Amino acid sequence: MLDSNKDSLKLEAMKRIVAMIARGKNASDLFPAVVKNVACKNIEVKKLVYVYLVRYAEEQQDLALLSISTFQRGLKDPNQLIRASALRVLSSIRVTIIVPIMMLAIKEAASDMSPYVRKTAAHAIPKLYSLDPDQKDQLIEVIEKLLADKTTLVAGSVVMAFEEVCPERIDLIHKNYRKLCNLLIDVEEWGQVVIINMLTRYARTQFLNPNINVSSDKEKKAEAAALAKRKPYVMDPDHRLLLRNTKPLLQSRNAAVVMAVAQLYFHLAPKAEVGVIAKALVRLLRSHSEVQYVVLQNVATMTIKRRGMFEPYLKTFATQLLYSFYFFCSWRFSPILYKLFNPFEKLNINNKKMRGCFSCPRQTYIKSVDKDFVAATIQAIGRCATNIGEVRDTCLNGLVQLLSNRDELVVAESVVVIKKLLQMQPEKHSDIIKHMAKLTDNIQVPMARASILWLIGEYCEHVPKIAPDVLRKMAKSFTNEEDIVKLQILNLAAKLYLTNSKQTKLLTQYVLNLAKYDQNYDIRDRARFIRQLIVPTEKSGALSKYAKKLFLALKPAPVLESPFKDRDHFQLGSLSHLLNAKAGGYQELPDWPEAAPDPSVRNVEVFSLLERVTTLTSVPEWTKCSSREKRKEKKVEKPFYSDSEGESGPTESADSGKFRRTPTRSRFRLGGGGGGGGQKEGVEERIQEAGARKRKVRLHFCFCVLIPEIRCYALNICPSEQSSESDERKRARKSKQQKSESESETDGDEESDSESSQSESDDSESEVDVKNKKAVQSKAPSKPVIKETKKEKKEMSLLDLDDFEPAPSPQVTPVNSFLSSSLVTDLEGLSLSDSVLSPAAISPSGTQKCYELLHRISGEGLSVEYCFSRQPFGPDANMVAVQMHFANSAATDAKNLHMEDVKLQSGMRVTDFPEIELLPAGETTTAVMGIDFCDSTQAANFQLCTHSRKFFVSIQPPVGELMKPVFMTENEFKKEQGE
Amino acid sequence: MIHSLFLINYTGDIFLEKHWKSVINRSVCDYFFEAKEKALEPENVPPILQTPHHYLINIYRGKLFFLAVIQTEVPPLFVIEFLHKVADTLQDYFGDCSEGVIKDNLVTVYEILEEMLDNGFPLATESNVLQEMIRPPTILRSVVNTLTGGSNVGDTLPTGQLSNIPWRRAGVKYTNNEAYFDVIEEIDAILDKSGSTVFAEIQGVIEACVRLTGMPDLTLSFMNPRLLDDVSFHPCVRFKRWESERVLSFIPPDGNFTLMTYHVSSQNLVAIPVYVKQNISFMETGSCGRLDITIGPKQTMGKTVEGLLVTIHMPKAVLSANLTATQGNYTYDLATKVLVWDVGKLNPQKLPNLRGSLSVQSGAPKPEENPSLNIDMKIQQLAISGLKVNRLDMYGEKYKPFKGVKYLTRAGKFQCVLMFTKSVLGSLVPGGLTHPTEGEPCIRADLDGGRLSFPHRLLHGLH
Repeated sequence: MLDSNKDSLKLEAMKRIVAMIARGKNASDLFPAVVKNVACKNIEVKKLVYVYLVRYAEEQQDLALLSISTFQRGLKDPNQLIRASALRVLSSIRVTIIVPIMMLAIKEAASDMSPYVRKTAAHAIPKLYSLDPDQKDQLIEVIEKLLADKTTLVAGSVVMAFEEVCPERIDLIHKNYRKLCNLLIDVEEWGQVVIINMLTRYARTQFLNPNINVSSDKEKKAEAAALAKRKPYVMDPDHRLLLRNTKPLLQSRNAAVVMAVAQLYFHLAPKAEVGVIAKALVRLLRSHSEVQYVVLQNVATMTIKRRGMFEPYLKTFATQLLYSFYFFCSWRFSPILYKLFNPFEKLNINNKKMRGCFSCPRQTYIKSVDKDFVAATIQAIGRCATNIGEVRDTCLNGLVQLLSNRDELVVAESVVVIKKLLQMQPEKHSDIIKHMAKLTDNIQVPMARASILWLIGEYCEHVPKIAPDVLRKMAKSFTNEEDIVKLQILNLAAKLYLTNSKQTKLLTQYVLNLAKYDQNYDIRDRARFIRQLIVPTEKSGALSKYAKKLFLALKPAPVLESPFKDRDHFQLGSLSHLLNAKAGGYQELPDWPEAAPDPSVRNVEVFSLLERVTTLTSVPEWTKCSSREKRKEKKVEKPFYSDSEGESGPTESADSGKFRRTPTRSRFRLGGGGGGGGQKEGVEERIQEAGARKRKVRLHFCFCVLIPEIRCYALNICPSEQSSESDERKRARKSKQQKSESESETDGDEESDSESSQSESDDSESEVDVKNKKAVQSKAPSKPVIKETKKEKKEMSLLDLDDFEPAPSPQVTPVNSFLSSSLVTDLEGLSLSDSVLSPAAISPSGTQKCYELLHRISGEGLSVEYCFSRQPFGPDANMVAVQMHFANSAATDAKNLHMEDVKLQSGMRVTDFPEIELLPAGETTTAVMGIDFCDSTQAANFQLCTHSRKFFVSIQPPVGELMKPVFMTENEFKKEQGE
Repeated sequence: MIHSLFLINYTGDIFLEKHWKSVINRSVCDYFFEAKEKALEPENVPPILQTPHHYLINIYRGKLFFLAVIQTEVPPLFVIEFLHKVADTLQDYFGDCSEGVIKDNLVTVYEILEEMLDNGFPLATESNVLQEMIRPPTILRSVVNTLTGGSNVGDTLPTGQLSNIPWRRAGVKYTNNEAYFDVIEEIDAILDKSGSTVFAEIQGVIEACVRLTGMPDLTLSFMNPRLLDDVSFHPCVRFKRWESERVLSFIPPDGNFTLMTYHVSSQNLVAIPVYVKQNISFMETGSCGRLDITIGPKQTMGKTVEGLLVTIHMPKAVLSANLTATQGNYTYDLATKVLVWDVGKLNPQKLPNLRGSLSVQSGAPKPEENPSLNIDMKIQQLAISGLKVNRLDMYGEKYKPFKGVKYLTRAGKFQCVLMFTKSVLGSLVPGGLTHPTEGEPCIRADLDGGRLSFPHRLLHGLH
């Protein structure tokens, strides 16, 4: 039908095809037939052909090129609408070859007479950028040009393009800021949303915090007071302009616009003015339920973060909110509502009248059937009790009453909350603990059981008689318990053993034996750890002295926080805020600058480029992002230093040491916080000894496993100063026990000061030192190490030093040099060439498995094996070094061995091995590549290429190999030991 | 921004997919189906889902799910509003937004979607502009098209997009020029047992139907604009004129549109048009209860109350009702336990009454909470807030249009609480409340557990 001469038949055919596309069926076979009709006169057929083309051009790139000339002709059409639609379709065809054509078309369209064509050009920019990010610089030029456009039609689209292509180039906005503010009201709704969000970020970098004088935080207050004395705060007129021009948009019918303005006011306006958004937000609650959902989440954050904000409006706002909610929102939002009202009630608690009836309405909520709601309510009771001392007893009593509730969920949740509350004043409430001990017979929810056991263990001196009995019961049912309960049983046993060893010695041993053969390795580990710690043996004599202190240390009471509390660092109204997780492409809302950047940049006179740059660089505390970028830059620099290290002087080596330490140190600082994206490297020192069995262990997780109580904290609350200290101490002890090396932050700091004076040879020396010591201290015989060292010397001559990354030496300490200078050079080679070291040389386990990457036969004579050398990978601490052995058993030489087309799971990174130019027939060679597996066991797939062939290969790490060895000097080791 | 859109019907079939960037496999919807499975009720599916590589934002309209796939950060409301816009547009085009209609007009829908977004960013969302580009199907046109081979796609290119008033198409012509405005107000109220108002507020909307030739510039002014507390406008309304003069000045879109919505400040006393005397009681022992309801006019400003309808969600234990109504008739649905009394017009001389006995399942405990009444009614030619349109002026065109204003008051969420349980509780369990825009029940009755109760004293404390 498509070949027919009649338009109506063509149209009918095209309609069927498009209907197929719409249903998701594949219509790509018809591509050649359809493309022919691209120049069809009938406008409807043409449109449908365009639709088809855009959908399938990506799959049939060559054929799609046939149609390009039509669009190029269209771009020159006198009718602006045809020009625009040609550009639109052209830019929608995702074919890489036409990138230059697209670029040209966009550039031309950007200076088109018609604003509509310019708008289309703005739309085309992100399309081209996603097709070919290399065009960024040119595209930014176009964006800069379009930003200067004065029509409302273009403004929204170009800001959208700006946000997608170069959100960091905030300097482009300066000159257009005032214009954008003034145009805002006439821009179409969708553009308004984008512009407002962008301006919020802009204002955060350019203006002073209007609330600096009324900041609620005490510290800030003092600071602000000092600041205010010097310079009273005057709002920048441009800041005022923004607030003034966005205010009417609160009246928009579009919820997204209203929300955008609301978040702008929340983030930017002086406190006194924020209240205006309240009404508009209440209005949104009458909208669709999806809108309500988003608005409620945002209002919840607003009320929690700035309780004072709605205070003047509280009476009307709160009731309106409640009723609007009551009338219009579906019940699935009730948990949010509850959280929402919490801060309001906190406010009202100061009112004496309120206090009486405060906790009683709470209990009525619990009749509700919604499980999440119940949990949220009980948790909220807990939060109130912690925050408001006077009602604590009432709340506690209420919760204890709930323990006799029929619903298990209620009981379980109550137990967990009571546990937290009791931690604050355990001595007063031994009867409650007794009551709870009785409950263990009935409650089946594991978290609740675990909480009870922990409570009993923690306060066993308050209930000396019951505790051993509970342990007895638990020992009986040990095998049937959930893991979390088992761990707590072990804890309870250990604590009882320490306080009341007469009665519980046998029981404890019985429990430990049971745990020893448990299926879960965490439990086995814990049992082993506890046994070593509490049962005095000749080996760990020193440690068991401290066992009591370890287990029965005073734990700080938890701080119960609203689940909405941690959301406030995301820009309100954003997807990231709603999900409480950073979404891709999220731009962080920067902090206020301490001093206002030069406001004159927004003056519309033409500035020289130079001037703009200087004002930009003078901005203090630019953004969080940029500091992160800087760090990245540093990382990038590393290889540069490392490369030149071979022949460079001491300064550079010291430098490289410093750089290398940066990530290491920050890792420690991370502590118990949620392991953020970048900091994924495991704690490998511990794994080395534990053997390959243990896998990816994150730092804080490691801490928590070691100290069960603190793990409980980590689950509920952020660990306080005290606990994290004891953390570190225990970690040190643990490391001693396991005879593995670890580094501590303080050491690192000291070292960085002194290291600049160190010479490179010292580095390597100290390292050898460590190795030797380790060999002596470890149970493994020292012989292999020495042997390997010798072997290494032999290999030295074969090595091309420049090709290898040096070993990082994070710990550098001056050690008296007792080696001759010639040996020093040799050893220097040793440290440099760790990558070619046979891994067995250093690996304490002594066995190293090689895996096959490419078989001799499938590789046509080239065989490749790889193994995990368990060595630090020089350029990037996060990467695992993978050593590859190439063997060419073919008759011909293999040339240009390199890798290509690396396919990775998100987050993973790979550093290629240096290209091997020639591998003669019959020869072998080795190379090292680095892979950051991101703590996962996902395979890294890539192509191994020779001059003639390509082989698809993949490297998958066995779980035990994701580790990083750390070296330590004797002094440090002793220091750690002495603690 | 918005990457792809999937239309999914109630049973979970994807019947339309549209991609604005590269194609995303429809298997991404599996995460959504999983959540749908979990949620049991389609209204309870979380609007925003996170999957490993995408974010799914969905809305539920007319038994259909509109599911948008997002890859990067974007304000969620932006997407939600857009999806509703899509649904509204389809409704505009086809008069209905249901699976059958969309399937019948698959190609047109696809074309509309193509025009609405470009690379995931909204391009033309105004229905006026869209209709210029892709003409809505009418029976006449489809007949003409099949005969002449004409097309649905406009051959003139849209001009609205080029101007600063994208909502109005150019070259509008009518022989009868008319502009109608409907002022519709809804009362939301909670009355307690004694008939006094616990809470009441008025929400209003002005719907317009404007068929005027050319480019008219209208100005609508009110007698008493101060009544209005919170307003939101169609983009055509000039904010600045409103701020300074409290008049609505605008160039209207062509056809039907919502000019503004408003909220009457709660400081003003809200006139409650009816009162309800009611008594529902259950015996402590035995298996029966009594019900007695009388409705009478209160502040009706001399107008008649019509379409009176009383809905009661009975406790689950109630088996049947044996009642007599002096006016209208009642039905009791055994499955949903809903008692509906259709009263009709309220006659002030002879007050309608419903009384009789309820039989309760024997052995069941006495229902803890007493049910509440939902009242539905209509009052023609009255805006209960007292809002009055003063005048409508037209500038920019020479002809004299026909102007008309209509008022209507109706009950929004109007409830009478029958009885308070002890202490602070009101058993405010709403049932069958209708969504303000969809006319679909968005709140389900669940009387048994009493899903949520409001602490009244607490609320009064806030007042």
